[in-house]
Amino acid sequence: MASALLESLLDEDALRAAEAGVPAAAAAARHASAHAVLRDGLPRARDEAWKYTSLRALEQRRYANGDVDVATRAVDAGAFKLPGIDGARLVFVNGAFRADLSTLPVLDGLVTSFADDGAASLPLARDRDADSAESRAEAFVRLNVALAGPGLVLRVAAGVHIDEPVHLVFAGAAAEADVAWQLHALIEIGAGASLRLIEHHVAASANAHLGNLVAHYALAAGARLDLVQIQDAAAATTLIRRNGFRIDSDAMLSMHTIEAGAQTMRHDLCVDLAGRGARFVSRGVFALRGRQHADTHLVVTHAARDTASDIAWRGVADQRARGVFHGAITVAQGADGADAQLSNKNLLLSPQAEIDTQPALEIYADEVKAAHGATVGQLDERALFYLRSRGIPLDIARRVLVGAFCNAMFADLAPTPLRAHLEALLATRLPQAGAAA
Amino acid sequence: MLKIENLHVRVAGKEILKGISLEVRAGEMHAIMGPNGAGKSTLGNVLAGREGYEVTQGTVEYNGSNLLELEPEERAAEGVFLAFQYPVEIPGVNNTYFLRTALNAQRKRRGEAELDSMQFLKRVREKLAVLQLKDELLHRGVNEGFSGGEKKRNEIFQMALLEPNLAILDETDSGLDIDALKMVADGVNAMRAPQRAFLVITHYQRLLDYIVPDFVHVLADGRIVESGDKTLAHKLEEHGYAWIAERKLAGAA
Ligand SMILES: Nc1ncnc2c1ncn2[C@@H]1O[C@H](COP(=O)(O)OP(=O)(O)O)[C@@H](O)[C@H]1O
Ligand SMILES: [Mg+2]
Repeated sequence: MASALLESLLDEDALRAAEAGVPAAAAAARHASAHAVLRDGLPRARDEAWKYTSLRALEQRRYANGDVDVATRAVDAGAFKLPGIDGARLVFVNGAFRADLSTLPVLDGLVTSFADDGAASLPLARDRDADSAESRAEAFVRLNVALAGPGLVLRVAAGVHIDEPVHLVFAGAAAEADVAWQLHALIEIGAGASLRLIEHHVAASANAHLGNLVAHYALAAGARLDLVQIQDAAAATTLIRRNGFRIDSDAMLSMHTIEAGAQTMRHDLCVDLAGRGARFVSRGVFALRGRQHADTHLVVTHAARDTASDIAWRGVADQRARGVFHGAITVAQGADGADAQLSNKNLLLSPQAEIDTQPALEIYADEVKAAHGATVGQLDERALFYLRSRGIPLDIARRVLVGAFCNAMFADLAPTPLRAHLEALLATRLPQAGAAA
Repeated sequence: MLKIENLHVRVAGKEILKGISLEVRAGEMHAIMGPNGAGKSTLGNVLAGREGYEVTQGTVEYNGSNLLELEPEERAAEGVFLAFQYPVEIPGVNNTYFLRTALNAQRKRRGEAELDSMQFLKRVREKLAVLQLKDELLHRGVNEGFSGGEKKRNEIFQMALLEPNLAILDETDSGLDIDALKMVADGVNAMRAPQRAFLVITHYQRLLDYIVPDFVHVLADGRIVESGDKTLAHKLEEHGYAWIAERKLAGAA
């Protein structure tokens, strides 16, 4: 029997509406996806990839399927403006594009469109054996395929460099009911081209929506993507994201990620280093408090020779928050000369906080350079005493040390107003000065 | 200014200080000498308020009130300063930011006006010059990548900037070459004042040629076994700490 969640989303009317007016292949994909989710359900606690993130509470909830009145939602630009970022901006409210809030790019070689073929063009919903963990793991992608509206398509033509960041905003705004939104995006960067992109999740007003974003990135040979992800969704939301990346030869993906918002969030990053010399650099921080739960799931495959991955994430959990970091790197047979570096360091700021970290490395190739390490610890007592001995109060000393711990992940960003904004955002999530230690 | 009476301190379940009594008046320079493991750093840490040190007996009075019940940052604002034997590297915390935060936190606690960045930098420049520290060190993380000598000089620089009433220097001389030692001594001597007292912990007599103490105490096995004037330091240099141990045994017998 379908859960309350799936019942509320995949009712007959919703399915009929989703299949109407789209090409036959897309309609078939939607139909198949909906039925696969109804058949297999959501991931369960005993499914390895979801063992730290229980969906039982979510399954009991009912949501409105999309926000029919999205055009009327008041959204103040102050909620998503970023210092120094004034170029193209695409704003989605409750999962729907809002042209009135957006500034479409007018740049040679950058094409923005909305594909009305469902998610059929996304090579993401994989066929799996019915009733398996692998099949359940596809549940959110399938929901997305089944229900999402027109998907965003961004294409950068070969050889074109887009230096001014394109700002993608995903804003949640209060509605009459809690909304479940589905959105997918396809971003293609042509050979030798480059793009700077910001994926930015914000709260336009307090809400308890469920967001489900599926994005697929394709970097052609020699392409470069600089991606900044700022997740500062409303405190009561559930946010599920899957980013898939295919990186061709000599292409480079550089990411900086902050996970600061949402009540429950799951972020899957699937990186396929597909071509010789493909490179991936990821820096990320999660800063959690209250009863926040954030699960970051990174799966990297070195599929070609001389590929490189360099991953460093840091996590901080205060109060009763729970952080999960899973970093799995596979160096496939034949991917000789690969270089895989993974580090995850975490700080627990309260006895009730919890962080689970699982680095995993599997190597089936030769001449591979690989290192991985993960730690979970507390603030360095010696450093804390040193600061206090100079007169810095305990609460400020803690903030200073935790801030430095997190900000190290942005040290390689140019000292722009954007970087200052990232640091300032993190500072608001750390133990506050004046609060009881 | 400082009155320690019969101080017993336990660390990790083991008694390290076994009944120390010491009185330091404003304007005085006291040297504490003693072999490794005697408890010298333990004394400095207890006075600065480090956690993990259990006072099982005795009292410490500072300017007439109980020092032991103050938090480390309160002690700092009251004018207690510890130059660490092993200064801590804190990458990512900018040195200038650290110093200004510290100084202004102390001033705020004392009800004094905070310094703006111009006033602060002026003060920093003056003090840096004395210790011949490079400006560039200010832009790094706290002690990050400093050489051993730079770390020690940086401690004295911080002392000069914070202008404490009671400065405890824990083996600031060890590991320094003669030039750096002189700079440290100059830094300390420039700070000597009628309202300020020093407790200089050292393993060697060498430093005391440049910083002349009013009193010398020998700390061995958690007790002050001998006190005297500066000539005691020379005797120690001549006879070594074994001499003290023998005298102690003789005294006990
Ligand atoms: N944190 C600690 N845990 C356990 N033992 C300690 C600790 N700190 C100091 N000690 C012990 O206390 C004794 C005195 O140490 P210390 O005060 O550092 O001596 P000194 O500075 O005179 O060389 C030593 O035996 C040392 O091993
Ligand atoms: Mg010592």
